[in-house]
Parts: sequence; structure tokens; C-alpha cells
Amino acid sequence: MTAVRVMGAETEYGIHAPSAPGSNATWLSSQVVHAYALVTGERAAGGAEARWDYTDEDPLADARGWSMPRESAHPSQLTDRPDELTAAQIALEGGEPDPDRDPANRDPACGDTASTGNGPLMMNMVLGNGARLYVDHAHPEYSSPEVTNPRDAVAWDAAGDQVALAAVRQIARTPGLPEVSLYKNNTDNKSVSYGSHENYLMPRQVPFGDIVSGLTPFFVTRALICGAGRVGLGQDGAGAGFQLSQRADFFEAEVGLETTIRRPIINTRDEPHATAEKYRRLHVIIGDANLSQISNYLKFGTTSLVLDMIEHGTVPQLHIQNPVLSLRRVSHDTALTGLLTLSDGRRVTALDIQWLYLEAASGHALRSGAGAADGGDGQTHEVLRRWEEVLTQLAAGPAAAARSVEWAAKLSLLQQYRERDSLTWQDPRLALIDLQWSDVRPEKGLYYRLLSRGRLDRLVSDEDIAHAVGHPPDDTRAYFRGRCIQRYGANVIGASWDSVIFELPGQRRLQRVPTREPLRGTRALTGALFDRHAHAADFLSELLDTPR
Amino acid sequence: MAGQEQKNTAGRTEEVEVPEAPAPPSPAAAQSTAATEGLDDLLDEIDGVLESNAEEFVRGFVQKGGQ
Repeated sequence: MTAVRVMGAETEYGIHAPSAPGSNATWLSSQVVHAYALVTGERAAGGAEARWDYTDEDPLADARGWSMPRESAHPSQLTDRPDELTAAQIALEGGEPDPDRDPANRDPACGDTASTGNGPLMMNMVLGNGARLYVDHAHPEYSSPEVTNPRDAVAWDAAGDQVALAAVRQIARTPGLPEVSLYKNNTDNKSVSYGSHENYLMPRQVPFGDIVSGLTPFFVTRALICGAGRVGLGQDGAGAGFQLSQRADFFEAEVGLETTIRRPIINTRDEPHATAEKYRRLHVIIGDANLSQISNYLKFGTTSLVLDMIEHGTVPQLHIQNPVLSLRRVSHDTALTGLLTLSDGRRVTALDIQWLYLEAASGHALRSGAGAADGGDGQTHEVLRRWEEVLTQLAAGPAAAARSVEWAAKLSLLQQYRERDSLTWQDPRLALIDLQWSDVRPEKGLYYRLLSRGRLDRLVSDEDIAHAVGHPPDDTRAYFRGRCIQRYGANVIGASWDSVIFELPGQRRLQRVPTREPLRGTRALTGALFDRHAHAADFLSELLDTPR
Repeated sequence: MAGQEQKNTAGRTEEVEVPEAPAPPSPAAAQSTAATEGLDDLLDEIDGVLESNAEEFVRGFVQKGGQ
């Protein structure tokens, strides 16, 4: 029984240019990626950009079409590019501002001319910390590197917020570009939602039906501990009031493959990004993007524990009637008193269900020893302790959880405003507080204002987060990916979760290094190899000659 | 989508009133009383950083679809 497993976070940021209404969102998002490339280009030798390798099994020759340096091609020439680039091209052809023609972008102050004034829009980067930063549909997305535990998930997810911030700052310094704001939220309150997904590695042999039945009651009630809070009810936010979750109103199915329409509580996307016979990557789409570290920690930690119970057959056997409607009712019930009906006829609160899961997890961890404060796995004890603490707080009412649970913190601030100024829930200032809560700029973001006043608990320091911006985790294949980008970036022409592709000077053939085992490529296994070789050719030579 | 919203109207109406109720007294509420003197400061500070013209700003935040 353990909270330790390979996991990762994906965050799509809301993007807004208030001074340039009507700006194309794909174009704006590409400016974010481009801006971050400039920032890292200033501090990392050889740059830190690489294309995404969309091929999992294709031979090297298939990647040959990418061998032309991207910066030498105009977007319209890149006919070999993936769909996401086509979207940008369409945007540009639709009459959006063309940065290539904007003389302001040739200002030497904004960076290397070759990569700004004459460069194409950048849609994808693999970062030196092992993450991916790219344009997904109409949003910039940061996908964290793979980590092995919930604390690291918080650190490397928060690193993404710093990446977003650095891009926003760079754009603000760039003449000719409108000011861009990025929001770590999940809806515009006008019927549109965008995701923050979690990924958990699981053994392939766990029957998917067990995952569905074991997770559904947990997910229906999970917003209690990790909802980010939202002003407005219904997909368009037109209903007056506050709810626990940004996402709940956008879920319309129990199980399914979709992520953008008829969103399901349990998503069935089966794209392991790893050895498919051994692993499943559970793709969780129901969560809110969290700024609150405690909520984010519990989101990953408790879910990992519940998956462990599913894998060991000790998960509570509960069946909630009408999970989709129940999910919404739980989210709308800030008093936490509403009753859900189980299939055996019992009527329980969402909090009761969370307690049932916590008790089962505690019992299981006790039996296995993994949850011991000393001699345990170093994570499970803390997850269980925090989970119990937060449920105890919530039992006393949301105000008691305002230091730890994100929705409760947001609600507390909103209530203070409502009391001071006698505001109804329809007052646009409350909607603005909700939106600005998640602005990634610390001087604008209300989460950060509360954090700086010591009103919110935290687990990882600013120093830890800064470290996670610049370094990959040590203990997954993300270490290999990140170090390759950092050390041999000039020779890395593509990468993905399960590959790194090198192009060596004077060699026609590309070298594709598969990384299909998420727990290989760690510092322990490859750190010395990186340290020994300053050049990619030497590194690869030893790597490929050495049995791994 | 609209149909979905309508179906749940009855359920929502009773939920809407919930946030209006004052938070029950709790240990942490007592704790936070100690911090109440900082409260006005906090709201003042936030007044200072909120975007001007809330209605227009919120209306202008329109996103394209995502996952």
C-alpha cells in the first residue's frame, strides 16, 4: 500500500490579451511557447527546444522529414508538421497579426534575430526539466515530467506555473506584442472548459472494470479536498452561487474516450507511453487545476492510494446512484450536507464517502507498513495524515479548511468581500476575483497574494519550485530526457515521453533512443554517463554500447 | 448543453441558497478572528490589484475549447 507511483500533471492555461480582444488564441499560445524558448535560450547553452516525436514505433527514417532546422522554415512551408501547427497556420492566414512582419520583433533587445524576427511560430518545446510546453488546441499546455510521488508532482506542476510566468514576463518585454495573462483555471464561465489532467502508471493486468468501480465514488466526491472553487453554476456560469469544482458541470458521462465533448468521469484513453504489455497510463480528466499546494498534493496522493487499493482488491465497494448528477450536486453543495444515495439504499454525505476511502486506505497502509511515519515509504504517511486533517477541517465547515483546501480558501475570500460590500453572487467583482485568483503573476494572482500573507499552507518552497524549473526529477526517465536537452540540446531534434532523437553532425542517420521504461534513465542509472561526456556523439556511443 | 442545464434547474435552486448561510462557528474560525485585523488590509490590498472595470474584464475573458 503506497502513494508512490509514476505520475504526472498536464495543465492547460487560460490565455487572455485584454488589450487585444479578438486575438487568435492559437497564435497567442504560440507566443507563450516562443517567449519561453527565448528565455531559456538566454540561460541554456544550445537552447532548450526540441520537436515532439509523434512516432512511437516508426523507424528513424520516418523522422527524417523533421531534419530541417525549424527556424529556417516559414510556417507555411512546414507541410510535414502535426495538426497543432496547422491550426496556427490557419490562424495566420485568417489575418492575425504576423510577428514576422512586425518590425518591433526585430528589435535586438528581444533576443536572437534568427529566432524571433525571422523565425516561425513555435508550437512545442521539450524543457530541460523533462516537461513539455506546447500549444494544445487554443491553450498553452505544460505537461510535467514524470515523477514518482505526490510531493514531486506538486513541485514539478508548480514549476509549470513559473514557466508560464516567465513567458508572460518575456511577452511583456517584447515591443509589438499585446500583454498576455495566463490563468491556471479550467473555465471561462461561458460554456468552455479546458483541462488539467493527471496521469498514473498502473500495471496492465488490473481489469479496467475494477478501476471504474473503485474510482467512481471517489472521483464523485474528490472535489471536497481538491476542488479549486468556482463562482457561477452551470456550464455557462449563469446560475448564481459558488461551487467546489471548476470542472464538475462539464461532465456528462460515466465512462468514455472523449476529453473535449461528453466528458466522462473515467476516461478510457489508452496511450501508455511505455511498454504497453506491462503498463496502463490512467488518464484522469476530472480534476481542477490547483494552485493550492495542499489540494494539489492530496489530489495526486489520495488518487494514487485509491489506485493502490484497487490493485490490491481492498478498495471500498460502493456504488453511487447516478454518478454524473451526484458529481454536480457535490460540487454545488458548499455546506457539505447533501445526501447521496448508494445502490444499497444508504444515504451518505460526500464527506462520509471520503472518510470511508480514507479509513480503508489507512487500514491497508497499516497492514503493509508503507504508511509508517518511520520506515514507511516516506510519502504514504504524510498523504494519510493530510487527508485526515483536511477531512476533519471540512467536517467543521469550509472556513476551517481555508488554509489548506483551495475552494475553501477562495470561498473564504469571496465571503469577506460579500460581507464588506454586500455583494450578491452575480456581482461581476466576485467573478473577477474567481478569475484573478489564478493569474500566474504573483502581483496580480489572488492565490499568490494570500500565500505571501501566510494565509495558505504550503509543502514545497519557492526554492524547491525554482529547482524543479531548472532540473528534471532524478528518479524517472524524465531525468534522461531533461539531461539530454540540457547537455546535448543542439543535437536533440525531437523527443517524446518515450524517446529522444539525436542528430549528430556528419551523420545522415538519426539516432532514436527509446525510453519505454518509466523508471529507467534515472540519475542513478545514467547520471555518471552524462557527466563523463560533454559531446552527444561520445555519450551515445557509450550509451548504445552499454547494455541497459 | 442547454437541455442539461434545464434538467438540473430544480436541484440547483435549493443549492443556490447554501452559500448564503453564515459559516458555522469552528475552531479555525476562532483562530482566524485573531487574524481579523489583517483582514481589512488584505481586502484593501486586493482592491488595489483587481483589474479595473470588473464587468468588462470578465466579459472579455473568452476561451476556445480545450480538453
